[in-house]
Amino acid sequence: MSEKPMKSNNQTDTTLIRNEGIPFDASLFEDLHVNRSAVERRAATLSGRRSVKKEWQAAWLLKALSCIDLTTLAGDDTQGNVLRLCAKAKSPVRLDLLKAMGMNNENIQVAAVCVYHNLIEDAVKGLNGSGIPIAAVSTGFPAGNIPLKEKIRQIEISVAAGAKEIDIVVSRNLVLNSDWKALYDEVAACRKACGDAHMKTILATGEIPTYTKVAKASWVSMMAGSDFIKTSTGKEPTNATLPVSLVMIRTLRDYYELTGFKVGFKPAGGIGKAKQAINWLILIKEELGNDWLNPTLFRFGASSLLGDIERQLEHFVTGRYSAAFRHPMA
Amino acid sequence: MKIKDIYDTMTYGPAPEDASEAIQFLENHQRTFKLFINGKWTAPSSKEYFDSINPATTEKLAKISEANENDVNKAVAAAKKALPEWIKIGAHQRAKYLYALARQIQKHARLFAVLESLDNGKPIRETRDIDIPIVARHFYHHAGWAQLKNTELKDYKELGVIGQIIPWNFPLMMLSWKIAPAIAMGNTIVLKPAESTSLTALLFAEICQQIGLPNGVVNIITGHGKTGAALVNHKDVNKIAFTGSTEVGKIIRRATAGTGKKLSLELGGKSPFMVFEDADLDSVVEGIVDAIWFNQGQVCCAGSRLLVQESIADKLYKKIRVRMESLRIGNPLDKSVDMGAIVDKGQLKVITDMVQLGVDEGSTLCQPSWACPKEGYFYPPTMFTGVSPSATIAQEEIFGPVLVAMSFRTHKEAVKLANNTRYGLACSIWTENINLALDIAPQIKAGVAWINCTNVFDAAAGFGGYRESGFGREGGKEGLMEYLKPRIEDSFSDKPTQITIDNSVAENTKPSTGIDRTTKMYIGGKQARPDGGYSTVIQSTKGNYIGEVSKGNRKDIRNAVEAAHANNKWANMTGHARAQVLYYIAENLDIRKDEFASRIVQMTNQSSADALQEVAVSIERIYTYAALADKYDGNVHHTIHRNVTLAMPESMGVMGVVCPDESPLLGFISTVIPAITMGNNVIVIPSEKAPFSATDFYQILETSDVPAGTVNIVTGAKDELAQVLAKHDDVDAIWYFGNKDGCTQMELLSADNMKRTWVNYGKYRNWLDTAQGEGTVFLKHASQIKNIWIPYGA
Repeated sequence: MSEKPMKSNNQTDTTLIRNEGIPFDASLFEDLHVNRSAVERRAATLSGRRSVKKEWQAAWLLKALSCIDLTTLAGDDTQGNVLRLCAKAKSPVRLDLLKAMGMNNENIQVAAVCVYHNLIEDAVKGLNGSGIPIAAVSTGFPAGNIPLKEKIRQIEISVAAGAKEIDIVVSRNLVLNSDWKALYDEVAACRKACGDAHMKTILATGEIPTYTKVAKASWVSMMAGSDFIKTSTGKEPTNATLPVSLVMIRTLRDYYELTGFKVGFKPAGGIGKAKQAINWLILIKEELGNDWLNPTLFRFGASSLLGDIERQLEHFVTGRYSAAFRHPMA
Repeated sequence: MKIKDIYDTMTYGPAPEDASEAIQFLENHQRTFKLFINGKWTAPSSKEYFDSINPATTEKLAKISEANENDVNKAVAAAKKALPEWIKIGAHQRAKYLYALARQIQKHARLFAVLESLDNGKPIRETRDIDIPIVARHFYHHAGWAQLKNTELKDYKELGVIGQIIPWNFPLMMLSWKIAPAIAMGNTIVLKPAESTSLTALLFAEICQQIGLPNGVVNIITGHGKTGAALVNHKDVNKIAFTGSTEVGKIIRRATAGTGKKLSLELGGKSPFMVFEDADLDSVVEGIVDAIWFNQGQVCCAGSRLLVQESIADKLYKKIRVRMESLRIGNPLDKSVDMGAIVDKGQLKVITDMVQLGVDEGSTLCQPSWACPKEGYFYPPTMFTGVSPSATIAQEEIFGPVLVAMSFRTHKEAVKLANNTRYGLACSIWTENINLALDIAPQIKAGVAWINCTNVFDAAAGFGGYRESGFGREGGKEGLMEYLKPRIEDSFSDKPTQITIDNSVAENTKPSTGIDRTTKMYIGGKQARPDGGYSTVIQSTKGNYIGEVSKGNRKDIRNAVEAAHANNKWANMTGHARAQVLYYIAENLDIRKDEFASRIVQMTNQSSADALQEVAVSIERIYTYAALADKYDGNVHHTIHRNVTLAMPESMGVMGVVCPDESPLLGFISTVIPAITMGNNVIVIPSEKAPFSATDFYQILETSDVPAGTVNIVTGAKDELAQVLAKHDDVDAIWYFGNKDGCTQMELLSADNMKRTWVNYGKYRNWLDTAQGEGTVFLKHASQIKNIWIPYGA
C-alpha cells in the first residue's frame, strides 16, 4: 500500500498558520460524548496493530527524539545542571551512532528545553546559537492557584527573559465546575500575554474526572488560542496516558476541520521508554496523519526518555544491548 | 531504505512475524496430515488427499486427508469406545485434562497463531491478540465447569458421542467453543474442521497427545462436505454441533429430523450496527473497523448493516471514508497489517460478485484509494451508502469486508430496520444514553446485543442466534446445556398412553336431549367458528357421543398466528403481573373443578377420583409456573473487565403448542402454561381425541384477565394442523407431544425458518408425576437467552 510521504520536517515548520483562536461558542462542544471503554479499547489495541522494526525503528526513535521538550522542573535546579541539559539538548546522540545511521548531517537535536522561570537566563546561555527554543512553565505551575494578574505577569517576565514557548496550567476549579467561559477568558488572556511566544496549555488531565470533560477543556483551550494542548504537568498522580491523548487529539482533529488551524499536542509525564514513545507516534500518525509528526505540532514532555532512546539506537547500530553509562549524561 | 528517508517520510516498514516454527511443524508431518482417530494418526481409507492453501500467497501448505464414510465410522467407534471410561473417571479428572489443554495451548500460543494466519489468511495480530487467547480462556473456563459438573449440574447427564463441524473463519476458536464444553460435560467427540483450514485442528490433536488425553475422547477427521454429511448421518452420534452457513444448517436440520440427535446450529447473520445521534462518533468509527473489517468481514456476527440516525449520517460516513484510507492490507504475517487475505478464491469471487451487484442495483460504492496486493486473495474494505432495505446487499450475507449503510429517522424505525432480516445473530447499539440503549437492546431479534462495543466474546457468556441464525448457545452456562440432557428423561416411557376408543361398548351415539352446546375454537380472545364450517364428533373411550368440535383448517391456524402477533401486551407484562393472571386462572379452575373433572370422566371413563386428581394436579401445576413467573430469570456473567454482561431469557415470540393426546386437561395445562409463563403467545392444538378440556378452558381464560391473543385454541386433526404451524414462517417455536412420525415432521418442516422445536421423539412423560411433568426445563424451551454487553466507565 502506498503512503503519502510527508514534507521534510527537520525542525519547526514556519509555514504553519498559528492558531488565532475563535470566539467562545459552547455549542461546539456541549453535546460532546466520549465513551471511555471504546476509547480505551482503541488505545489498548493500537500498539498491537502497528510495529516498526529495524531501520524504521531507528528513524522513528530519532523522530521521537526530535520532538522532545527536554525538561528539568525540580526544586534543586541550578545553573550547573541546566547548562548540562542544554549541552545534551544540542547533541543528544553520540556522533559515532549518528554517523553509523547516516544522520550526522541532519542537525539532530531536541525540540526545546523546558525549565522554570528562574533558569531561563541560564538556558539562554546554554543554548546560544543552537536555535533550540526555551520553554518556561508558567502561571503558577503546577497547581495554577494564583490570581490571573499574577499569571499574566509570570508570562510576561518569562517572555522578556527569552522564553519562546510558555507552558501554562489551567485553573482546575474552572474545569471541575464547568465554568467554560471563565476558562476561555483566562486562557485567552494568557495567550495575549504570550505575544509571539507559543503557548502550550496544560489541562492536568489526571485531575479531570471524565474523558468527556477532558474533551471539552481541550475545545475551550483551542478556542482561546492555544498553540498546543498538553496533558499534564508531570506532577499529577496520573500523567500522560494513551487513552487521554486519544481523546485530546480527536478534538484537535475536529478543531482543525472546523477552523483550518492545526493545534499541536504534547503528552507529558511518565513517558520514559522508547517503546512508549513509538506508541505515541503511532497514535498520532493513525489519528492525525503525518502532518502532526514533527516538533511543530508534536512534543514529548520528558526527561528520562532521551536516555532510553539513545540505548535503543546503539542497539540498532551494534546489535548489542546498551548501558546507560555508555551515553553522555545531561 | 535509508534512515534519513524514513525519518523524513515516517512510513511503516515491513514487520514480519517469523513463520519458521510453523513451517517446521508442517515438515515434521512431511507436509502430509493423516486423520487423528483414537489418539493415533491414521491414514485415510480413501487414500485421497487435498491441498491446504495459504490464501495470501496461493502456495500449498500441506496435504490433508479426505476422510470417507469408513473413516467416519472408525472415528465414531473410537469416540463411542472411549465414552464409558471418560464418564467413569469423573468430574475432577476431566477438569484436570481441560486445564492441561488450556495450559498447553498457552505454551504454544505463538505457534498456533502463526499457523492459523498462514492457513486462513487472517492477520497475525488477530490470531495472536484475539483468537488464541480466547481459545485458552475457553478451555480454562470449561475446566471449571468440568470440575463443577456434579454439583452445579447434578440433574443433567452427558449426551454421548458428539459430532462437530466447524467453519474456516475462526478455525481454532470454533474448535475450542465446540470441544471444551463437550468433553467437560463427559461427552466424547468427533470434529471435522473446514476443508480450507484444517491445520490448527491437527496441531490441537498433537496437543491432546502431549497432555495424555485418553484415546478416542477427541477425534479429528478432515475432509469436505461429504465427510461432514457422513458424520451427521451416523447412527451412533447423539448430537451435532454445527457452525457455518444457514443453507447447510437447514440441510443438517432436515437430515437429523426425528432421529433424536440433539442439534445446535450457529449460522449466518446480517447484524445491524445501530448508531444514534448522541454516540461518540470517533469511537463508532473504530467500532465499525472492528465490526466489519475484523477478519476481512468473514465473521458470522459482523456488524454488516450500518443503521445511522439521519441527523449524523453524512458526518459519520465522512469519518468512515477517512478511516478506510489508513487501513493497511497485506501479508497477514506482517504485524502492521489490519486486513489479510480472503480465505480462498471462491469466497473472493462471492464478495466481488456481490459488490458488483450492489453497484448495479444503484448503491453508492466507497473504497479506499490504495490498491490491494496483486498476489493472493485480497479484497479492500468497502462501504455502500444510500442502500435501501430492498437491495440484495442489504438482505444477503456477504461474508466479506463490505459494509452496507442506511439511515433511519426515529428509534422506532431503527428497530424496524434492524429486525427487517431473516437472521438474528447479533446487534451493536451505539449511544451515550443508557436509557436508550437498554430500550433498544431487548427489541432487537438477536442473541447478542453489544452496547458501545462489538465483536466481544468471552467463554462465560453465551453466543448464538435468533431466527435463521440458528439455535443453541456457545459459552456460559446456557452453552453447557447443549451438551447435557436432564437425567429425568431416562425415566420416560416408550409406551404411549393413548386414548383408545372401543365402539363395541357404546351406549349412546347421538346427542342427548337438552340445550345444544356448540364448542368453538378460541382465536384472538374470541370464540370462533371454524373457517371451513365443519365439525367433528368426539366420542368417549367407550364410544359414546360426547359432542362435536370445530374442524380447524390452515386458515384457522393462519388467523390464530395473526391474533397471536397482534398481542404485544402479554410479553411486555412483568413477571409479577403474569403470575397474577396465572394465579387467577388457577383460582377460576378451582371454582369449576367438579365440572372439569366430570368432563375428563366423560371423555376418558376414568374414575371420578382420578379425574379430580388430574384437575388438582393441574391447579398445582399452574401454581408452580405462577411461582416461577417472576423467579426464572437470567444471570450477570463474569466476562471481561468493566462490563456488565446480562444473560436475559426472552420469550420466543409466537409458539405453537401441540398437546399430548393423553391427560386431556393436565396435558394441556402442562404445556400451555409454561409457554405463556415466559411471555409467549401460543397457538394450541389440544388433544385430538379428547379436546373438550381445552375448549372448556377458554371460558376460564376469558374470566382470568388473559389478554386476547395470548392463548389461541384450534381444534381438529392434530398432525395436519401441526404441520401447518411447523411450516408457518411467522411462528418462532413449536412444541410437539405425540408420536414419533409427528416429531420427525415437526423438525423437518421447521427447518425452513429455523423454528425452535421441542419434541418428545416417541418418549412419553407421566404428566401426573411432578418430576416428569413440570419444571424449569419447560421454561428453558419456552425462552432463549440474549446476552447484552454493557461496558461502563465515565
